Amino acid sequence: MAITAFLTDSTLCIGCKACEVACKEWNGVGEDGLNWSGYSYDNTGAVGHSTWRHVKFVECAPEPGFGGNAPELNSWSFSSDVCKHCENAGCLEACPTGALVRTEFGGVYLQPDVCNGCAYCVVACPFGVVQRNPDDGRAFKCTFCYDRQKAGLIPACAKACPTESIKFGEIESLRRKATERMQELQRRGMRDATFYDASDSSVGGTHAMFIVRGDPRTYNLPPKPEVPTTYLKKAWTSSAIAAGLLLAGSVIAFLSENRSNGR
Amino acid sequence: MPGLGTSFGRGGATTAQQDLSNADVILIMGSSMAENHPVGFQWVIEARERGAKIIHVDPRFNRTSAMADIWVPLRAGSDILFLGGLINYVLTNNSEFREYVVHYTNAPTILREDFRDTEDLDGLFSGWDQEKQKYDPDSWLYKGAPTRDGGGPQPGHSEAGGGHGKDRGGEAQDAARFEWDTSLQHPRCVFQVLKRHFSRYTPEMVERYCGVSKEVFLKAAEAFTSASGPEKTAAICYAVGWTQHSKGVQIIRAAAILQLLLGNIGRPGGGILALRGHASIQGSTDIPTLYDILPGYLPMPFFEADANKFADYIKKHKARTGLWSGFDKYFISLMKAWYGEGATSENNFGFSWLPRVTGDHSHFGYWLDMQDGKMEGLFVMGQNPAVGAPNARLQRTALSKLKWLVVRDMVEIETASFWLDSPEVQRGELSPESIGTEVFLFPAAGTAEKEGTFTNTQRLLQYREMAVEPPGDARSETWFMYHLGRRLKQRAKDDTRPRNAGLNALTWNYPVEGKHAEPKVSEVLKEINGWTVADHKQLQNIQDLKNDGSTACGAWIYCGVFPEEGRNRANERKPKDLLGHGWGFAWPNDCRIIYNRASARPDGKPWSERKKLVWWDEEKKEWGGLDNADYPKNLSPDTPDDLAKGQGVEALGGARPFTLHPDGVGWIYVASGLKDGPLPTHYEPLESLLSNPLYKQQTDPAAQKKERPDNPYAQSPADPRFPYVLTTYRLTEHHTAGGMTRTLSHLSELQPELFTEVSPELAQEAGLEHGDWATITTPRAIIEARVLITRRMRSLWVDGRRLHQVGLPYHWGYKGRSKGDVVNDLLAISEEPNVRIMETKALVCNIEPGRRNERQQRKESEERAAI
Repeated sequence: MAITAFLTDSTLCIGCKACEVACKEWNGVGEDGLNWSGYSYDNTGAVGHSTWRHVKFVECAPEPGFGGNAPELNSWSFSSDVCKHCENAGCLEACPTGALVRTEFGGVYLQPDVCNGCAYCVVACPFGVVQRNPDDGRAFKCTFCYDRQKAGLIPACAKACPTESIKFGEIESLRRKATERMQELQRRGMRDATFYDASDSSVGGTHAMFIVRGDPRTYNLPPKPEVPTTYLKKAWTSSAIAAGLLLAGSVIAFLSENRSNGR
Repeated sequence: MPGLGTSFGRGGATTAQQDLSNADVILIMGSSMAENHPVGFQWVIEARERGAKIIHVDPRFNRTSAMADIWVPLRAGSDILFLGGLINYVLTNNSEFREYVVHYTNAPTILREDFRDTEDLDGLFSGWDQEKQKYDPDSWLYKGAPTRDGGGPQPGHSEAGGGHGKDRGGEAQDAARFEWDTSLQHPRCVFQVLKRHFSRYTPEMVERYCGVSKEVFLKAAEAFTSASGPEKTAAICYAVGWTQHSKGVQIIRAAAILQLLLGNIGRPGGGILALRGHASIQGSTDIPTLYDILPGYLPMPFFEADANKFADYIKKHKARTGLWSGFDKYFISLMKAWYGEGATSENNFGFSWLPRVTGDHSHFGYWLDMQDGKMEGLFVMGQNPAVGAPNARLQRTALSKLKWLVVRDMVEIETASFWLDSPEVQRGELSPESIGTEVFLFPAAGTAEKEGTFTNTQRLLQYREMAVEPPGDARSETWFMYHLGRRLKQRAKDDTRPRNAGLNALTWNYPVEGKHAEPKVSEVLKEINGWTVADHKQLQNIQDLKNDGSTACGAWIYCGVFPEEGRNRANERKPKDLLGHGWGFAWPNDCRIIYNRASARPDGKPWSERKKLVWWDEEKKEWGGLDNADYPKNLSPDTPDDLAKGQGVEALGGARPFTLHPDGVGWIYVASGLKDGPLPTHYEPLESLLSNPLYKQQTDPAAQKKERPDNPYAQSPADPRFPYVLTTYRLTEHHTAGGMTRTLSHLSELQPELFTEVSPELAQEAGLEHGDWATITTPRAIIEARVLITRRMRSLWVDGRRLHQVGLPYHWGYKGRSKGDVVNDLLAISEEPNVRIMETKALVCNIEPGRRNERQQRKESEERAAI
């Protein structure tokens, strides 16, 4: 079974939100609520329990004579965010019930029928992807269209994308594509093009990679995502030292009391 | 689409969306293609990724601008000034594709001595009749063409008819007779007249009155005009951002002139793509829902003028040369399809049974009649005028004057519920008790619940099967129309009054199937394709049509879509090349790029290897290549023309690619067929902040304002009450009047509320707060919307002062999951002279902070205080 991934190229994204809608239609995800945000053309906010694909709209000031594809000026970008399906997935490591599992495609799948709603995964996700549904308390996130992949289909979002901004395929070939694309964008003078993979962080790479213009942080992509469990050893060591110190303190206190009693 | 029709011959996009990927430059103007045609836009992206430059001209920086290389913000309504600037740029820099222009356009043709240009008459062409408020186009004809006095046919400039008919004027049928100067030097040749006409459309003028800086204009002009000549091509995409102006047809004409000068028509990566806003809008003019044409752009006969004079009607519209020489074949075959055995040469094939146009029966024409109580009943199908039509308040009020109203839709749209929850009812102007209209709401089948064809933006017929049965009582349009017709015929069958003769003669015998007796749509398509009357054999192509009643054909342009029993080409789904041959059927004759004879030089060889499409195959002695030739297959390029005496398409000879025109060339100058002039001219919108900077004539002289107390206008120019420009548009997330999208949660949540887009400068001037409410006012109405302050809206410097533009998407209404004020309440009913479309893209308004009710109350109390 091939290890798969998404490569989302925001330089090709037209902000049509077909991925958001296709995701919801395929997965039967409900409405977020009819709230006009006033934040550009984005009224669904961020990835969450009821939005598994989310198109972020980043507005900068355009100038006459320059379209959004002008290398000189980044003016209005759209980028479709999604669960990163980390190699070292914080959510998966934190899950006490085994609801979160790694699939044969390399993605992280959340089994809603096993989830007990403890929300450990919510705080353990370095990207803020997993969220509990307030109605029943269970956590929900992108399934990587596990059912579609099992059936040999590509995920609904990638299928619906009209401009191939969302690419889906075998992870290594996508990495190569990303490298080629980055070279092409650099050649065109788009010096602010950035490839985001997070392979040099503690998440150890993701199954959702991005090409964006400018600082990835603008698109909710943290520069150094960290899996909370990387601190596990340090945390256990500190706890052990603290426990030891406490114990030692108690013993000392006890002994010294004995001494004073004996006086 | 007379803009394209008069320029090239056919009222349809000249190319296919896939072909955009062959372009070196794409100009998108009057359209936000990425937002409203996101799927087709993949080909623009494809072109861009292959190295093409994308230019987007639009008052707003929208999602299309975000994908473009060059964005040019301009003042809404100044399109012809901008395009005229481009034309002037081409002419002053001698960057036209000279060989193409000389051979394939009417640039060398010499005009009559009594023709006067707008430069001579301060904004009017010769022939303007001030009293009748219309043009007599006689003086526009070519030198040498017969005039009416000379016994020629009558022009098609009737007051009642629109310009859809045959997309050309009757009097131009003898445009085959002309004098010309291929050196293009004669002072009265079209080329020189054009030069003079646009000589004042300079970059300075564009800067001053479009609000486009000279630097940005030149950047766009250089980029666009660089894609010309044998090795390069540029394409233009437009949508209703050009159409919906009081001079919309002439904006498209300006684009046509530009593309003809640059040699970009009929060639790969060139052309003009008219982006249609609905799935089958092209189809609805081909097999029209319009009042002034019959299927295949045959003109509807007129009351009195065409009373019973069949021979005169044919004579008026049949040309001697070119494809319209077959007018009688197309018309008689249509009559045979409709009336079958009842149509005989003795009764003029049933000509007298056709209804006659007696006046302006366009949407606005009959809606104003409705408002004035002159109409009893109305069918509304596939439309939501209570939200989607201009001056929607008048549209709704008029509905209350009907006796009965039938609405067919998938949901209860605003048009069906106007009597209950319209703003008029909410305000107490109308009450359900006092409205006498009986409303019948019929549930309609959705797209996936019925079988049939769409004819899309690129003339492509695509067949779809029914995926699921429609629920409950929902039925297809075909079912409704067929059974309605059947019942009407049943009622009339014993009634021998003359008025019923046509109805009784109508063939109406489509086989039905299934539990709901659904008519077989493929049988309708077979009839549209046509057959031989004697042995009922499907016709292969247009050339098979006869004028003796031996063939029947429902729409001559679609002939070939069902060429043999069991072969429905609209339903073929095996594309075998980039242009998509093998997938669906493009009219005419499955040509994906029309006028493609122009992709080869006059001698039949491609202009270049890179831009080859169709060429003369010396061995096979026929036209071949990458597309089906839009030309007689065996007419060799060295065939001399015989325009003076010849008949039919063959008379054009081997090198005149625009076969619907009697002279076989593209029309830079339209001698006949348009009601507001042979050349595009800049006029201000009906409501404008500016005086026309170029001429005394302020607005398109032939445009009709339909001004009346319930359709009032601001003073123009510069009404102090309305200091801002207003433009309306659509968003990706919703479809037109919202009936199909505001009812769906997954789309409503994406754009849940009506908002207005304003620049920070305007927000400061008007005191608007981001996210707060604003009230927008025009002489017609007052509405409210949330404020979105964005730098994507720009205030422009126009004529030495700052000009602010207000943007409003128009999808909302008073029903559905996501509701909002009806933006179309703000607009006026107006009629562009040729197609009678309204002006929605450039008008004036005021914008103030606060909600509608507060504003209204304040206004009323101010008025009281004033008294």
